[in-house]
Amino acid sequence: MDTSRSYLEPSSFSKKLAATIIIVYTVITLIPISWMVMTSFKNVNSAISYPPEVLFEPSLEGYVNLFTNRSRQSQEYLDSLPAPETWYEELVRSREMVITGPSKFLGRYSNSMIIGFGSTFASVFLGALAAYAFSRFRVPLKDDLLFFILSTRMFPPIAVAVPIFIMYRKLGLGDTHLGMIILYTVVNLSLAVWLLKGFMDEIPKEYEEAAMIDGYSRLQAFFKVVLPQAMTGIAATAIFCMIFSWNEYAFAVLLTQFNAQTAPPFIPTIIGEGGLDWPAIGAGTTLFLLPVMIFTIILRKHLLRGITFGAVRK
Amino acid sequence: MSKIKIVNLQKSFGDFTAVKNSNLTINDKEFFVLLGPSGCGKTTTLRMIAGLELPTSGEIYLGDEEVGMLRASERDIAFVFQLFALYPHMNVKNNLSFPLKMQGYSRSEIKTRVEEAAKLLRIDHILNSNISSLSGGDRQRVALGRALVRRPKAFLMDEPLGTLDAEFRELMCLELKKLHIDIGATTVYVTHDQLEAMSLADRIAVMDGGEILQADEPSVIYNKPATKFVASFIGSPGMNFISIDQGISNEQSTLNIEGTNFNIPKQYEISKGKKNSFGIRPENLSLTNEGGLKGSVFGVEYLGSRKIVTVKTNFGEIKVKTDISTNVKINENVQVKPSNDNIIIFDGETDKSLKSEFMN
Repeated sequence: MDTSRSYLEPSSFSKKLAATIIIVYTVITLIPISWMVMTSFKNVNSAISYPPEVLFEPSLEGYVNLFTNRSRQSQEYLDSLPAPETWYEELVRSREMVITGPSKFLGRYSNSMIIGFGSTFASVFLGALAAYAFSRFRVPLKDDLLFFILSTRMFPPIAVAVPIFIMYRKLGLGDTHLGMIILYTVVNLSLAVWLLKGFMDEIPKEYEEAAMIDGYSRLQAFFKVVLPQAMTGIAATAIFCMIFSWNEYAFAVLLTQFNAQTAPPFIPTIIGEGGLDWPAIGAGTTLFLLPVMIFTIILRKHLLRGITFGAVRK
Repeated sequence: MSKIKIVNLQKSFGDFTAVKNSNLTINDKEFFVLLGPSGCGKTTTLRMIAGLELPTSGEIYLGDEEVGMLRASERDIAFVFQLFALYPHMNVKNNLSFPLKMQGYSRSEIKTRVEEAAKLLRIDHILNSNISSLSGGDRQRVALGRALVRRPKAFLMDEPLGTLDAEFRELMCLELKKLHIDIGATTVYVTHDQLEAMSLADRIAVMDGGEILQADEPSVIYNKPATKFVASFIGSPGMNFISIDQGISNEQSTLNIEGTNFNIPKQYEISKGKKNSFGIRPENLSLTNEGGLKGSVFGVEYLGSRKIVTVKTNFGEIKVKTDISTNVKINENVQVKPSNDNIIIFDGETDKSLKSEFMN
């Protein structure tokens, strides 16, 4: 029997097994994403060729198409134009087209940013305040209220699409940034309250009491002492809220058309000549993926700490 | 620094009364200890003085000001928590300056005060350390430092040595006492540890069931306990009680137990009923061969300088603190006899000690 090994240390076999499972899982998860990124760098023909091309000549056509509107012109007309000034004009001309203006993508993308970050901030801020109150104060009917808050997530949000649609029409909130921020905040808030309450419960109340004795009001103590210590929970909650509101599709289709349309309903409608422009869609989706990815990587440190939070007595 | 006075203070949580109609005066510059078992209301009392709990009724005076309903931040007191409650996201220096920042002191004033407190507590070498890297004793010092920098009207401490290990606790006890002498601050200190209370306090209030049973100097609390609870709670081991089925009359000075007459201090008070008890500390008892209560040795504990012999009698187990040379065996028949007059009779109905020549 091998006695040199600690009982707490996993055996090298189980370590290898764990590594294998993780690698296989990662590969499976990454296949569609890498395919999407690859598609964004293909040209229209190689994107839909059969059998699919794994090795291809990269092109930025998808990205150019994503950001521009173009129209097809005759060769004579193209010849009559002055020489293209930029690389993307040249690329478009080589496809016998001219750029007629910027596409709506940037506007939709910034709508997604405003609505995504706006509702994430609102959910976390309101959620933190509510969670703190539930965690510290003797709220009448506390358990019922908490259950009621949770119950808003017991049906898929889209189940109430019709009443919300009518309500938003009457209130003039349809196709507005504010309307979408409110909607996503409402959906995310129950999750935020529950998650953050767990984290707030873990923070000993002595910290605020110490701050209050040191001359701070409860609200000041909340911001100076409680929030910094709840950063782990806030980061985790913010990621969940961000992912939901950033990816949300159904309400965005239903409630936004022009002014406040977000990227998810817009990207699939990018139509090229004779069908969907797959490289442009791939490019749009790749760019769409970046903010959540960056956001998660930035907050990852807190997430990892969040997993072990409370496990060890401080 | 100020004196603290609480008048008819009461605190209820729903149906449960945590603190019952308490009255106390804590003198200026006094080290005052609230002592009692857990759940006796000592921490609640302290938290009401701090403003972390609002009293159900009654008044709290800090100096001449009635502060019972003021917020904690408006009271100008400092509080040291059992778990220290040092802000983990700040380093030592920031922890110390945190209370000062709120009060609008200039940066140089804050620096001076923090350094002064750090020097006093000998933590000036760890000012830039993180809280998580400190040892228990250093955390304790930082917590004290955070209380010190403000120069508050009073220090309130809730079992601040409770989480330290025994060796450190003794050391910190000495340091606390020295610190108190150096700065002369009015201090209210909560603990369930009677040794800590005895060694630190100028005066002790013993609490049980939300009531203050006795508030006096440690030696008085020990030698002349006001109630049976105080007598049993203080001392290690606590006082022995022998139930007697007879009333006590005025001027009585002997007591017959199991056919043997025992001299007791001359009594000045008549007992209310016929079920009373006879209390005596283990060190005031001795083992003899005749003229005492009969029993057999149940156990012997060796304490280094003394021995504690537990004797099983018809009145229950009686603990006797004897000389180290005493040699008795388990199950050996012995007799237990008071070696002096430090005997207290407790009234069976009120549990209070009766007045006597000794308990005057």
